Amino acid sequence: MNWQIFLETMPEGDAAWWEMLASGLGWTLACAACAWVIALAAGTGIGIARTGASRAAARAAIIYVELFRNIPLIVQFFLWYFVLPELCAPLKRWVIEADPSVVQFLAATSCLGLFTSARIAEQVRAGIESLGRGQRQAARAMGLSEAQCYRHVLLPVTFRVIMPPLTSELMNLVKNTAVAYSIGLAELFFRTREMGEITFRYFEAFAAATLAYMVIALAANRAMRFIERRIAVPGVAGTARSAH
Amino acid sequence: MNGLDLEVITRALPWLAQGLQYTVQLTCVAALGGIALGTILALARLSSHPVVAGVAAGYVNLMRSVPLLLVIFWFYFLVPLGLQWVTGAGSPPRVGAERSAYVTFILFEAAYFCEIVRAGIVSVGAGQQSAARALGLDRIQVLVHVILPQAFRNMLPVLLTQAIILFQDVSLVSLLNVTDFVGAAGKIAQRDGRVVEMYLFVALVYLVLCSAASALVRRWQRTHSIGRHPETAR
Repeated sequence: MNWQIFLETMPEGDAAWWEMLASGLGWTLACAACAWVIALAAGTGIGIARTGASRAAARAAIIYVELFRNIPLIVQFFLWYFVLPELCAPLKRWVIEADPSVVQFLAATSCLGLFTSARIAEQVRAGIESLGRGQRQAARAMGLSEAQCYRHVLLPVTFRVIMPPLTSELMNLVKNTAVAYSIGLAELFFRTREMGEITFRYFEAFAAATLAYMVIALAANRAMRFIERRIAVPGVAGTARSAH
Repeated sequence: MNGLDLEVITRALPWLAQGLQYTVQLTCVAALGGIALGTILALARLSSHPVVAGVAAGYVNLMRSVPLLLVIFWFYFLVPLGLQWVTGAGSPPRVGAERSAYVTFILFEAAYFCEIVRAGIVSVGAGQQSAARALGLDRIQVLVHVILPQAFRNMLPVLLTQAIILFQDVSLVSLLNVTDFVGAAGKIAQRDGRVVEMYLFVALVYLVLCSAASALVRRWQRTHSIGRHPETAR
C-alpha cells in the first residue's frame, strides 16, 4: 500500500492525484445538486398531479412514474446521451459542436433529475394521501382554491411528513451519480477508475472514493436531519420522530 | 439515421435472450442469497450482544452508503484475492466479472434485504414472542415457527419490490464488459452502429417486465394482506 500516491503528480500536467479526485468530487456534487433541484420540482408537480382532481393528469402522472421507475438507470443514461440526440436533429447538431463535458453534464443531470423525480413523486403522493381527506375538505370548505389548498395546507405538512424518505432519496441520488461514469462524465467514480488504471493503485484509489462517498452520504443525512428539525411543527405526525 | 431498422433486433434476439438469461439468473441467485444472508444480518442486528449487533450494523451501513458501481468494482478486484487467501494458491485465480458478480450482488443486496427483514421481524408484535416462550418453545423454535413465518408474510411485497430493483441494478455489470441483457445489447449496438434500436428495445423490455412484475406485487398485496388494517393495504 502506498498512500503517498495521492501527493504524486499525474504523468501529464502538474496536478497531483488528489487534486484530480477532488475535481471528480466537484462534478459529483454539482451533478447531484442540479439533479436534486430538478427532482424536487418535477417530483412535487407529478405528486400533485397524481392526487389532484383531474383524472387525466393523475393517469399521466402514473405513466410518468412507471416509465422512470421501470427502466434501469444505466439504460436511461444511454437513452439521454446516445439515443435522444439521434431522434432530434437540432439537438444532434448542437451536441456535435458543444463541449463534450457540458453535454455529459446536461445529460447526467436531466437523467438523474427525472429518474429521482419519479421516486419523489411517489413519496409526495404517499405523504398527501397519509394526511387523509379531512385536511383537503376543510381547506376547500374555507374557500381555498385547489391550488391554494395544496400551497398552504397539503404541501407544507406533506414535506414535513416525508423528510425521512426524502433524505434517503437524496443519498440515493448522490450514489447514483456514479452511473454517469457510463457516459463518460468525469465525476468521482470515473476519476477513481482512471487513477487505478494509470497508477495500478486500485486499492488506494477505491479506498479514497469509498471514504468520500461515505462522508457525502453522512453529510447529506446530517443536513436533511438539521432541516427536518428546523421545520418541525410540534404535534404534526412524522415531525416529532426521534433520530434513529 | 434513416428510420428504425427493426431487423437488427430480430437478428440479435438469440444473443439478447442469452444476455437476459444471465440477468435473470444473477437476479434470482442474488435475491435468494441476499435474503438468506440478510436474514442472518437482521438477526445479528437485533441481537442483544453489542459486538454482534455493532458489526452487523457497521456492515449494513457501509454497504448502503457507497454506490453499487463502486462495490461491483471493489469485488471484481477483491474476490480473486480473497479466493487466493482462502485456498492458499500462489497467485490469485482468474474469476472473471461474470462470476464475481454473484458474490458482489449477494453481499451487497444482503445489506438492503437485512433492513427489510429487520422491519418485518419488528412488525411481529412482542406479544407473539412472549406467548411462544411461555408455551415452552426455545428461542430457535420461536424464531423459526412463530416470528419468521409471520415476518416474511408481512414483508413479501417489499422483498419482491426490492427484487425488481435488483433485476434493474444487475444491468450495471455491463460496465465490467459482462454480457448481461444491457451488455448484450450494447455490444450489438456498437458492432452494427444501431444504438437507437437496441437501447429503445432494451428499455421497452425492462419497462414491460418490471411494470408487469410490480403490478402483480400490488395485486398480491391487495388480496393477501392478512391481519392488517384495510387502509394500509390500498
